[in-house]
Amino acid sequence: MALRSVSRKSLCLGLAVGQVRGLQSFSLPELPYDYGALEPVISKEIMQLHHLKHHQTYITNYNKALEQLDEALAKADSPSIVQLQSAIKFNGGGHINHSIFWKNLTPVREGGGEPPKASLGWAIDTQFGSLEVLIQRVNAEGAALQGSGWVWLALDKELKKLSIQTTANQDPLVTKGSALVPLFGIDVWEHAYYLQYKNVKADYLKNIWKVINWKYASEVYEKEIP
Amino acid sequence: MVVAVAAAAASSTRLTCALLPRQGWLHGIQEPTPGLQWTNKKRCCTRKAGPTITAKLELKPPPYPLNALEPHMSQETLEYHWGKHHRGYVDNLNKQIIGTELDEMPLEDIIIATYNKGDILPPFNNAAQIWNHDFFWESMKPGGGGKPFGELLQLIERDFGSFEKFVEEFRSAASTQFGSGWAWLAYKANRLDVGNAENPRPSDEDKKLVVVKSPNAVNPLLWDYSPLLTIDVWEHAYYLDFQIRRPDYISTFMEKLVSWEAVSSRLEIAKAQATEREEEEKRKKEEKEVGISDNEAVEMYVDSKSDDSEAE
Repeated sequence: MALRSVSRKSLCLGLAVGQVRGLQSFSLPELPYDYGALEPVISKEIMQLHHLKHHQTYITNYNKALEQLDEALAKADSPSIVQLQSAIKFNGGGHINHSIFWKNLTPVREGGGEPPKASLGWAIDTQFGSLEVLIQRVNAEGAALQGSGWVWLALDKELKKLSIQTTANQDPLVTKGSALVPLFGIDVWEHAYYLQYKNVKADYLKNIWKVINWKYASEVYEKEIP
Repeated sequence: MVVAVAAAAASSTRLTCALLPRQGWLHGIQEPTPGLQWTNKKRCCTRKAGPTITAKLELKPPPYPLNALEPHMSQETLEYHWGKHHRGYVDNLNKQIIGTELDEMPLEDIIIATYNKGDILPPFNNAAQIWNHDFFWESMKPGGGGKPFGELLQLIERDFGSFEKFVEEFRSAASTQFGSGWAWLAYKANRLDVGNAENPRPSDEDKKLVVVKSPNAVNPLLWDYSPLLTIDVWEHAYYLDFQIRRPDYISTFMEKLVSWEAVSSRLEIAKAQATEREEEEKRKKEEKEVGISDNEAVEMYVDSKSDDSEAE
């Protein structure tokens, strides 16, 4: 019965649905600063590759997977619908995560590295003891992460609590909890640092704090906890 | 795998006292408790006479100089990949297992034990990555590439249809391993690992070549397959030379680096091991059946020739 109604819907809406879905093609967000603006913390070469190649590839593949999903849905092709989930999760997750990441960083001259104040600063001090402790803990999680993934400062918007989370590969933060909002994420895939830091992930983690955009993190925090 | 046995004088290395109570990696204890052990160590070490033998894994070099794979895999890549990453795994594993029951186990046993059926223990990543990288260096050679030959080629053609189809499948596995991991050609003998199920009718058809991919440090030893060939698709393996272009790295690996000789000799060993294992199992089964009738016979003797049966 369900099958019949889906195909009838597709017949009626037909092209219109395809066109509406076509508008949902994702595109590469602009970097809010020059490629070289985060030097010497993150090199221009890395920023260019990371944004123009890696992020763009996730978007291209995400769009392709969504197109294929669209076709599979129209045909009610369940095996394909299910099989496409991993490509959507991986590439869609990559798009989500990197879109957040570019906003989590900012050049020093625009406030990069300036410690958080106001409510977020206070919440960090209350829940972690100090910013230094938070930094240490985030770095420890990032260093311990095996393979590829992300380390996040998360806000549970229901419990109103901060926490440090890690996700594997390109899993977005919500996969760790639907109430979790990312205040910032640090990409610890090797492509994020290898050309500059090689195997010394710890140095990348130590340095990235100089360009963390705490202002943006505070804005996100204050939106959830006004 | 090179395991060097080093004699450590009891007084000089306070961290390698053999009389130290074994830390129970396999009993759920994951971190040493230094406070407690320091006092035990001090006492037992000063009293001890003679050297302590502890096994220590060593970093094995690739079977060629670090620049030998140029221009397909740069010397710089080898210097970091082998000299830093692979070396790091060795150093870190040694630190983790010293003084524990894992310390004198062969590497493959450490891998299986610390994989712990998926409930991974901390030393697993280091142990498996050591094995994986040794296997990777030996999967390549200067002037490699080309086509396999002999029985290996026959089996590839039998199990994949053609060499080209195998290459396609291998490349696909290597490109679609999301995140970090490995792609493998492996020899799968007739193992079923479902609880304690046994394949009641093992046949030659169950034994075949397969292409598999695995995440992070996982490798086919864990599924009881015999690995024959691997490519490392962690980004550190190709980023300096290829950056994002993993497909180009995979092509280069297949066309210029693979050592089919190494793969062939691994296949021979794998087949021999599979045969040996089958015979062993057959023997055990027969022994079990014979053993039952033997026991009955012994019982009959116990009453009349008690001295003899005790001697046995």
